[in-house]
This record gives sequence, structure tokens and C-alpha cells, in this order.
Amino acid sequence: MTTTTLPQPPGTLGERLRWALADGWTVTRRDLAHRARQPGMTVTDLLFPVMIMLMFGFLFGGAMAVPGGDYTEFLVPGVLALTMVFGVEATFTAISTDAARGITDRFRSLPMAPSAVVVGRCGADMLGAVVTLTAMVVAGLAIGWRWHGSLAAALAAFGLLLLLRLAMLWLGIYLGLVMRSPEAVMALQILVWPIGFLSNAFVAPGTMPGWLGTVTEWNPLSATAGAIRELFGNPAWAADSWLSQYAVLAAVAWPAVLIAVFCPLSIRRYRRLSY
Amino acid sequence: MSSPEPAIEANGLRKRYGDTAALDGFDLVVPAGTVHGLLGPNGAGKTTAVRILSTLLRPDSGTARVAGFDVVRAHQHVRYRIGLVGQHAAVDEVLSGRQNLVMFGRLYHLGTRAAERKADELLNRFRLTDAGNKPVKQYSGGMRRRLDLAVSLVLAPSVLFLDEPTTGLDPRARNEVWDEVRGLAATGTTVLLTTQYLEEADQLADAISVIDEGRVIAEGTPDELKRRIGADRIDVVVHDSVDLGRAADLLAKVAGAETTTDVDRRQVSAPVHDRMAALTELVRAFTDEGLAAEDVALRRPTLDEVFLRLTNHEKERAA
Ligand SMILES: Nc1ncnc2c1ncn2[C@@H]1O[C@H](COP(=O)(O)OP(=O)(O)OP(=O)(O)O)[C@@H](O)[C@H]1O
Ligand SMILES: [Mg+2]
Repeated sequence: MTTTTLPQPPGTLGERLRWALADGWTVTRRDLAHRARQPGMTVTDLLFPVMIMLMFGFLFGGAMAVPGGDYTEFLVPGVLALTMVFGVEATFTAISTDAARGITDRFRSLPMAPSAVVVGRCGADMLGAVVTLTAMVVAGLAIGWRWHGSLAAALAAFGLLLLLRLAMLWLGIYLGLVMRSPEAVMALQILVWPIGFLSNAFVAPGTMPGWLGTVTEWNPLSATAGAIRELFGNPAWAADSWLSQYAVLAAVAWPAVLIAVFCPLSIRRYRRLSY
Repeated sequence: MSSPEPAIEANGLRKRYGDTAALDGFDLVVPAGTVHGLLGPNGAGKTTAVRILSTLLRPDSGTARVAGFDVVRAHQHVRYRIGLVGQHAAVDEVLSGRQNLVMFGRLYHLGTRAAERKADELLNRFRLTDAGNKPVKQYSGGMRRRLDLAVSLVLAPSVLFLDEPTTGLDPRARNEVWDEVRGLAATGTTVLLTTQYLEEADQLADAISVIDEGRVIAEGTPDELKRRIGADRIDVVVHDSVDLGRAADLLAKVAGAETTTDVDRRQVSAPVHDRMAALTELVRAFTDEGLAAEDVALRRPTLDEVFLRLTNHEKERAA
């Protein structure tokens, strides 16, 4: 028998941290290898949000009058935030597919860092989000969207978008570990649409009937969209409510709360998977 | 007692799911370097036992040690020493076979070079070199199983768990897996194998535990168990049902056991101990008597028959 010398479980905290990062990176690389093997899927993933942006831009661009600017300027930040929320679907699908196929069990039977599956997922999805945002910004610039604030403000806006994606990541991981059936994937795919539309991504909450407007205001997606409009110097459409006064604060608080809830829940769930 | 520690040792494992007791006081001892068969019908608790022993599941109570380490308290140590092939092939469908092996090698904390070398070595050993760069999606069921097995052997584990490794494979692919298991056993790997087929356990295992409703109901070498359950059976089908009486008499004499008669199928059968001797003797006796048989067949008892026998034994003992 060829003997491979048996690696030892990491002992010191430093070693554990090193392995956690190395194992996480291995899992991220797996996702990159998936993309390399399925370039068509990556292109579809990119085209979808860009298409939504172009479609709404051309459909409503002429008809919608936005106080203090044009509709494209209002729309692009909204669709950027919307895309971050729709990312929950990608995370969910990846996690639940692995769990259903037994890959998660195999990972758990290996001496790898217990955090690697989620850290790796995190790396892959955040990289994906950066690529998506880049493509969308290019498409946005092409249809006439501009930012008017400082570079620092623009960077802060992208930071808020990625923060929202991170929150959706943890939500997606948790849901993916809890609901494993293919029907659940369908349900989620349908459910993200009302969340997307009951927001200020496409129209101002003020134009909606009272209670609907309130729901819309409180949608985390609206908080981020409102905040980045402010940071980009894009028109925000009627900013008289209490929430929209503190848009940036809300855009930090909402994801922070989601992460604080779903990160520990996911880790617990992963550790005790089918315990 | 100074005998070496067994490779697998379970004491009173219990695991409940709501109202069902998946494991209900499960005990097991597997000496190092042997192949042990865990034989049981659907829902007997085989997968649950394997999941606990391979650190995927925490038992409600009871203890288990694998490769010298406690599966709950020292699970990291256990994980470096075991390989697991689950009931369903758990490999990445999108990646190639080689990419799978390298990835899992990395996750076993081999260096990149070592992981790549190991991947090529295993691809070669499992005759997957040609398909090594194709996505697993394009593999046949047998190839997938072989890759699955290869992944579990990356670190040359001292204990290997195989959960129904041949279910759903055609006879050729099944034989390949069997050969591989025999090869591993020959190099000293301890193998715990679950199966629903008596024949598979008989072919591969040094010892068998029969499990039902989360508990071991019988244990022993294949020969011991076969003796307890009446070994093989011989079935004789006659041309004309009027011959059934004479056929039964002859069979009873040859087998030295009670026969059962199935009039609709014109068949008599009886358990036999020495299969080949019984068969030759029976054919000779039929020729001497001038009795013609339409069909004579030797067969292993089915798992159903084994369970009926074993559970009846249990009841008799309890009564
Ligand atoms: N996650 C679970 N939730 C609820 N019940 C479960 C779960 N896993 C197993 N069970 C139940 O525990 C019992 C034992 O299941 P187990 O999977 O160990 O059986 P098995 O011997 O592997 O069966 P099979 O031959 O079908 O694979 C069954 O009654 C099963 O329904
Ligand atoms: Mg099973």
C-alpha cells in the first residue's frame, strides 16, 4: 500500500485559521471551476439583470416623470439593489443542491474546517456579485445613467450593495439548509418577485396605496436603493417619510440585522445537519 | 485482555427520529483488517449506523470508537482515518473526475502536488484515466461508483464505510466493486459494508451482523449464519404434478430435511447443507427411479426467508 503520511488535525489557533481559509478557498475554487465549465450559465446570470434594467428603462423611461431627474437615473440604482436581493436564489440553489446530492455529507465526513462550506460559498457569491455589478454599471452608463457625487460616496454605495448581497447570502444558506426539496427552489424563485416589486426599485412608494406604500418603505431592498440613490446623487423621488430621511442608516442596519440572525442560525444548522 | 483494539466498536447506540427508533441499542465489534457486513431490509437502520460511525450524526446515547478515537469527542481524528461511500454517489457532477479527486485531496489537506499525484494514481487504479477530464455528468452509474470509491480512498483510510455500494449496479459493475473491496481487505483496510443482499455479504464479509428495527438480531461468520438459517435451498420442478409425491420422498431422503411442496408450480423444495453433493445425489436418485425433472435449481435463501427464520428464532427463544 502506498502510504501517504497522515496530515494532523490543526492544533494551534493560527493553524486552524490558516486551514479555514485554505479550505474555504478550495470550495470557492470549485465554484469558479463550475463557471469555467458552464460559461453559458454565467452569461445568462449576467444577462438577466442587465435585461431587466434595459427593459424597464426603455418601457417606462418615456412615461415616468421623476421629480428632479430622469427615470434612468432613478431606475439604475434600484435595479442594482434588486439584483443583490435576487442573489439569494443563486446561494439557495447551490446550497440545497449540494445537500440533496449528498455532497454536503461528504464534506462533513472530511477533516476540513467546518466553516469551509459557508466561507467558500461566501467567497464565490461575493465574487459573483462584484462581476454582476460591474456588468450592470457598464450597461447603466451605456443607457445614460451617471453618478454625480464624489468617488468616495460612489464606493460607499457599492459597499452598501455588497452588504445587502452578504445578508442575502446568509439568508440563502439558511434556507438552503432547511428546505431541500426542488419545490422549495420553485417557491423561492416565485417569491423573490413580489419582494422585488414591493420596493422602491421601479416606482416611488408614495405612488402606491397607503398600506402597500408602508410595506414597500420597510423593504430592506428599498432602504439600500434609497441610500445609494442619495450617495450617487440620483433622484430619490419624494423623500418625506421618516425612513427615507435615514436611508443610509437603514441600508446598514437592515443587512446587519439579517446577518446577525441568519449567520449564527446557518452555522448551527450546518453543524447539526440531520442531527 | 491484551487483544488489539477493534477498528470499530459501538456500544448501545440509540437514535430516534420522532416516533421511530432508527437505532435501538446497536452494538458492533469489528476487528481491524476484516470485512464486516451489515445486512438488513429497508429501514433497518443501516444508514443511520454508518452515519453515526462516520461522524455525520450524533447518537442520542451510546458510544462508538472508530480507528481508536471516539466518534463524537474526537471526530476530527476519526475523519482523517475513514473513507465514506454513501448510499448515493456524492461527487460533483459538473466537475471532471480528476477535478473531483484533486478537490477532495485538498480538503484532506494534501498539498496541491500531492493531491494531483494522488488523483492520477486513483484514476489509473479505477480505470478512469480516459474519462478523467470529462464531467461526471457523462459517467455511467458504474463509473460514478468507482469515482465515489476512489474519492473515499484519497488518504488510504484504515476504516472504510460502504453504504449499499452495489445497489443499482449491473452485474459487471457490481463485480468490479466487489473486486475492489477484496483488494482493499487484502491490504489490511477494515471495511464495514451495508447491504440488502445476503449473497453480497456472503461473498465479501468475514462476519455479518443482521440488523432489524435498529438492533442486531444475529451475528456470525457467513457459514455460521447459513447453518442457523438452513443454508441453501434446492428446488425441483416436475413435469406432471402426479409425480410430486415421489419427488418429495426422494428429495427428503437426499436432503435429510423436511420438504415443502408448491402444487401450482409443480415444485418441491428443501434446505441443503452441502450444495453440490446434494445436487449430484438428487439427479442420480431421479435417474435411478426413472423420474424426469423439468428443472432443478440451487439457490441462496432470500433475505425475506432469512428474516423470517431469524425473527422466528427470536420469538421461539422469547416464548
Ligand atoms: N432524517 C430522518 N428523519 C426521519 N426519519 C428518519 C431519518 N433518517 C432515517 N429515518 C428513519 O429511521 C429508520 C432507519 O433508517 P435508515 O436510513 O437507517 O435505514 P436503512 O437500513 O439504511 O434503510 P435503506 O435500506 O432503505 O437504506 C427508518 O424508519 C427511517 O424512516
Ligand atoms: Mg440506507
